[in-house]
Amino acid sequence: MSKPQAEKIEIELTVNGQPVAVSVSPVERLLDTLRYTMNLTGTKEGCGEGECGACTVVLDGLPVNSCLVPTIQARGRRVETIESIDPSRLSELLDSGATQCGACTPGVVMSACWVLDHPDLCDSHSLRELMAGNLCRCTGYDGIIDGLAAALDASNQRPGAGA
Amino acid sequence: MASPRRSEGISKLTGRERYVDDLAIDGCWWGMTARSPAPRGRIREIRFGKGVDWSEFVVVDHRDIPGPNEVRLIELDQPVLAADRVRHVHEAVVLVAHPSREMCRRAIREIEIVVDREPPALDFRVTPSPDQIQYADDNVLKHLRIEKGDVERALAGAAHVVEEVYETGAQEHVYLETQGMLAWEDDGVVTVSGSMQCPYYVLNALIHALGRDEKQVRVVQTPTGGGFGGKEDYPSNIALHAALLALKAKHPVKIIYDRGEDLAATTKRHPSLVRHRTGVDSEGRLVAQDIEMILDGGAYVTLSPVVLSRGIIHAAGPYACDNVRIVGRAVMTNSVPFGAFRGFGAPQSLFACERQMDRVARAASLSPAEIRRRNLIRDGQTTSTSQRIDDGTDRLAVLDAALRRSDYDAKREAHRSFNASHPYLRRGMGLASFYHGAGFTGGGEVYLASTQHVAGLPDGRVEVRSASTEIGQGTRTIFATIAASRLGLDESDIVIAEPDTSRVPNSGPTVASRTAMVVGHLLELACDDLRRTLGLPKDAPGDAVRAAIIARLASHPSEELVGKARYKAPPGIQWDEQTYKGDAYGTFAWATYVAEVEVDLRMFETRVIAFDAVQEIGKVLNETLARGQIQGGVVQAIGWALTEDFVWKDGAMANAQLTNYIIPSACDVPPIGVEFLENPYPHGAMGAKGIGELPMDGPAPAICNAVADALGVEPTTIPLTPERLMDLMTEAGVA
Amino acid sequence: MKLLTPGTVPEATAMLRDSGGRAKPIAGATDVFVHWPVRVPADDEIFIDLSGLAELRPHRWTDDELILGALTTYWDVITDPRAAEEFAILVQAARTVGSIQIQTRGTWAGNIANASPAADGVPALMARDAVVELTSAEGVEQVPLDAFYLGYKRFVMKPDQLITAIRLPRRPHHFESFIKVGTRRAQAITKVGVAIAHSDAGWRIVANSMAPTVRRCRALEEALDDQAPLRSPNDFTPLLTRDLAPIDDIRSTAAYRLGVLARVLYHELAPVCGSVGPSGAAS
Repeated sequence: MSKPQAEKIEIELTVNGQPVAVSVSPVERLLDTLRYTMNLTGTKEGCGEGECGACTVVLDGLPVNSCLVPTIQARGRRVETIESIDPSRLSELLDSGATQCGACTPGVVMSACWVLDHPDLCDSHSLRELMAGNLCRCTGYDGIIDGLAAALDASNQRPGAGA
Repeated sequence: MASPRRSEGISKLTGRERYVDDLAIDGCWWGMTARSPAPRGRIREIRFGKGVDWSEFVVVDHRDIPGPNEVRLIELDQPVLAADRVRHVHEAVVLVAHPSREMCRRAIREIEIVVDREPPALDFRVTPSPDQIQYADDNVLKHLRIEKGDVERALAGAAHVVEEVYETGAQEHVYLETQGMLAWEDDGVVTVSGSMQCPYYVLNALIHALGRDEKQVRVVQTPTGGGFGGKEDYPSNIALHAALLALKAKHPVKIIYDRGEDLAATTKRHPSLVRHRTGVDSEGRLVAQDIEMILDGGAYVTLSPVVLSRGIIHAAGPYACDNVRIVGRAVMTNSVPFGAFRGFGAPQSLFACERQMDRVARAASLSPAEIRRRNLIRDGQTTSTSQRIDDGTDRLAVLDAALRRSDYDAKREAHRSFNASHPYLRRGMGLASFYHGAGFTGGGEVYLASTQHVAGLPDGRVEVRSASTEIGQGTRTIFATIAASRLGLDESDIVIAEPDTSRVPNSGPTVASRTAMVVGHLLELACDDLRRTLGLPKDAPGDAVRAAIIARLASHPSEELVGKARYKAPPGIQWDEQTYKGDAYGTFAWATYVAEVEVDLRMFETRVIAFDAVQEIGKVLNETLARGQIQGGVVQAIGWALTEDFVWKDGAMANAQLTNYIIPSACDVPPIGVEFLENPYPHGAMGAKGIGELPMDGPAPAICNAVADALGVEPTTIPLTPERLMDLMTEAGVA
Repeated sequence: MKLLTPGTVPEATAMLRDSGGRAKPIAGATDVFVHWPVRVPADDEIFIDLSGLAELRPHRWTDDELILGALTTYWDVITDPRAAEEFAILVQAARTVGSIQIQTRGTWAGNIANASPAADGVPALMARDAVVELTSAEGVEQVPLDAFYLGYKRFVMKPDQLITAIRLPRRPHHFESFIKVGTRRAQAITKVGVAIAHSDAGWRIVANSMAPTVRRCRALEEALDDQAPLRSPNDFTPLLTRDLAPIDDIRSTAAYRLGVLARVLYHELAPVCGSVGPSGAAS
């Protein structure tokens, strides 16, 4: 006998600034809701065990592995995914070679943009520590770290920086 | 000058690139695989449990295969789905498909494959007992031999002879995108689309096992999240599985491996054992190299013979020696099959070679730099296969640049006083000099006879049609640069066709560091052919090319305007497959890498604190991409050298989780310093040689040489985990 | 499979009681959700999502205690400057947990309740004499963390009890340190870990990944309190084996774990503890 699917629950949350209502199973992963229900496939599954960070999204202002977040816990909260990122923020990462195969990249970009939004983190953490939750098998990390450093420099020099 | 930007870079950075699991296909079912629980035996029974309603599922086994039950590769020994016997744990036996992925998972748990076990061969280093023999009469998949001069006589006359055995472990690719394929049938054509390096390998495997002709099968590569060799051969298996399910289900079927399944079931780097006996004269010059290389071939032949070939050809290192004997064998075991992995046998043999050179240096009372300086091959001298090297590259300059860049001598000096005073930290410097042959070995490129097309488009742009794939290394960007440069156009005038076997010719597999050098050069020749077809002179400027394309296609709208090229060996290349003598590769890239390590004697951890990679690669086509290849390869090799350990159970990986198979994070590696020297290769695109695999070869020996420098013990086995280093130091009585 | 979403602690404890102890509370889900799709959740499994219990969320400072609500994450502590001043060892330990993506989700209480021998948060809490507040429908109970565990994945907390807070006495410390020997520098599971704290209450040495539970090394603590001379790492070993029992597993070996813990402790303590070193003060 096939088992019936668990009862679905209706929840509301804000994704990339838009209020959305979705119907989810009680223990569905946020990663799957984003990818397969909302078709936001920019967020990748790399390991399903919170190790690689490819599925990083920002939940209420903090980076999380969406493979370890029950969607139900995002009810009433704000989720930012890679689809929210303005490409104009990424030129330093592009120029430094921060992406090769691209599979870890959306997670890398979410972490990097979170650091760019919170440059004070650099007072307590090295850039390598800040990016340690994102495993990359292509770049050897220099392209990522150099690009993030350049982007931090550029945003410091932008008018209004530090406000 | 800034490098051209990666053409699909923004698409990847913004998550808009669509990988196979990102494609939403109407009516698509999920496919999943039930696997062998045993390393060897007869399948007695397959039990389908009562926990699911099987009428909802499509179930495929070996009886559903229309053609021969064989995955077409070098040999035809590997079944698509095991029929009556299994040869390794996780071997695919039964496939299921269902509209729900969750239901597939439940179904797989309900399938029990009952195997009557037979004695497995699990250690390639041990002579198999008679009841473990499963291939030929000794389980040896391939024997190879290289001979030059008289090794025994030279050893007898040597001033110093050094003997040692080295071992390297398996390595998992850990491309961040797991393997995945999507298959469907439409108007009698089976299309398979997915993550892969080699569309024509997949195509040929489908033609063979599905019993179809070329017109009834089509393969399309989707953007591929890393390969490193792991998507060279294995995608044929999963493509066949997806196709079989799709044909039976009459629905598109997608198979996407979980990380755990990918780690457990797909191919790995071959573990190796390499024995060296090296003789030098009183000046420290090599007089004899006697080398034996044994690879764990795993349960099926896959690519082991050619991995062994590249392994032994690189085994003597970039040195001149008149007397060399290298014997190699790949041994069948009941381990999950080993396959292609960046470097393809060379990292294993070069690890042994470059560790051995440090030992020889100590025997001859020379520094590690000096032993290499005295023996590095000079123009006019020959390699172990008697290939005469005459490329004009200054290999000593490569060595010197690495020493200079890493501040090698001054740091070694500083470390002596540091080590004498620090309670538990020890620092050391290590170097490795090596080479890597680009392109297929020996007559391989002639056999492949790759073709490459470029086509004029009605708007005057030019489309590159190639089966060479973008897997992260930058093929699309490089090809645009090469075609634009050859035709005098802008990179924005170049369109790269999707690798779709119904549209692109067979330009050979995307492997062996051959894409930029070999296929890139074919691309240049195809551009020349296009210009010729247009009736333009060789030096016609880009504007003339564009105008001629527009004019021709305006007047002949139904015409295909295509420039073509087919591989021909550069003049003077000779290779004898029987004697393993001659020009093993068209050319080699040359390198010296320096590692600086710090060992923490509290926990026996080795940390690479600085790394410099200097290489001569013909011509740098794109500085950002080339540097990225080197840095990424070095870090992948640091993982292989230090942390990427396998826990084996029944020939399968017991630590098949990213939590327990430890690849480096950003915190585990230093910035990787990269320097390129250039000596253009006339038969490579714009002078380029291959670089993709090169950086995998040098780091492991450089790191272990640095550990030896720091501690005075001699690591012979990698990964050099803290546990292994503790044992080594305990045995040496210095823990 | 059911998921319950209480809005208050009394609701949550009532649900726990009514489930007959079968319900499993979820806070940050970083342990529960690992490899989630390939796990086999029983059809009658019940989860209680604690994330809506606002009263468990904040950590707060009283005159003599730091109180971590059950939903306090590692990141909450890492980013509190007062914690860095007064509970540096907690910040140190928290920063070794997984990655930032885990630190923003994982909770201190979850670390205790998951009861992994490799838990990184627990040794630091135990070294600072944490007390666990357990709440059930019947009432509230306070259990010292060092009396919480009974054996591998077993503890005194009853199935109907919920960890609602962790109380840490504010007390000046002469020395504290957390050392993690992991499989790599970030994103690592601990092979050998130890929290060291010294205050007027005495020495606390708490090891993880060295026994079926996180455990205090009481024999060593006594030796340090008594200023017994410890001249080399080898002198630590017999004291450590009185409390610890490391094993071989897929991450390391018992011999490595014990040898390394002794070395780490020796080198960490030698500069700060007069009785430890090549010529201990008492010699």
